[in-house]
Amino acid sequence: MGEKETKFSISSKIEAIDEAVQKATVFAGEAGFGDDALFGIDMAVREALANAVKHGNKLDANKNVEITLVSSAEALEILIRDFGEGFDVEEVPDPTNPENLLKASGRGILFMHNFVDKVEWKRHAEGGMIVKMTKNH
Amino acid sequence: MAELNIAERQAGDITILDMDGKVTIGEGSVALRNTIRRLLGEGKKKILLNLGSVGYIDSSGIGELVSSFTAVNKEGGSLKLLNLTQKIQDLLAITKLLTVFDVFENEGDALSSFD
Repeated sequence: MGEKETKFSISSKIEAIDEAVQKATVFAGEAGFGDDALFGIDMAVREALANAVKHGNKLDANKNVEITLVSSAEALEILIRDFGEGFDVEEVPDPTNPENLLKASGRGILFMHNFVDKVEWKRHAEGGMIVKMTKNH
Repeated sequence: MAELNIAERQAGDITILDMDGKVTIGEGSVALRNTIRRLLGEGKKKILLNLGSVGYIDSSGIGELVSSFTAVNKEGGSLKLLNLTQKIQDLLAITKLLTVFDVFENEGDALSSFD
């Protein structure tokens, strides 16, 4: 199977997340992923988009979130870029620590790691964060 | 159709919420939050969430379950979970929240646990 790529962007609105997740899972389905993998991709993309929209772009209607999907014979790569101030992933508290268990938020990154094979974060040279998630076939 | 439908039943002083749909960031999480707030406002503090027909929940939805749990506890009540799908059970295990929530597979057992 040859490499295939698609790019699109959404506005920084919670309501925009569902449609983008759906586009990603359709793309992944066409790339040959089965139901269990698609569920994981759905979860991971939803969490990454929620982070980008809420914490990255802080719901700023003037900032978009860019999504790039690349499928190859080996894997699906999902790149999600926001235009926020960025953050240090090492400083995000572990939500499974007893003192954090009853917090209402902070579990998104844990979910992302759980549902794809690899999650990498980096700051974009022109601002914002990019998260790259890899789901192997 | 709404993302999450919540039907309410009463078993003595226990309120059972039969939830159907998705508890995700946005509408689904807000629907749960509003229902719990209203129940607490009405003095209903024993709440059983029937999640048997909830096929999908994200970290925001899990966060809303935790917020509901702490809000009810703060009022001296208790909130318990019934009929978790395997996927939700897995998510509660990943987040170590199975140690926090009282979880039941049988409604009768859940109801008698409130005594």
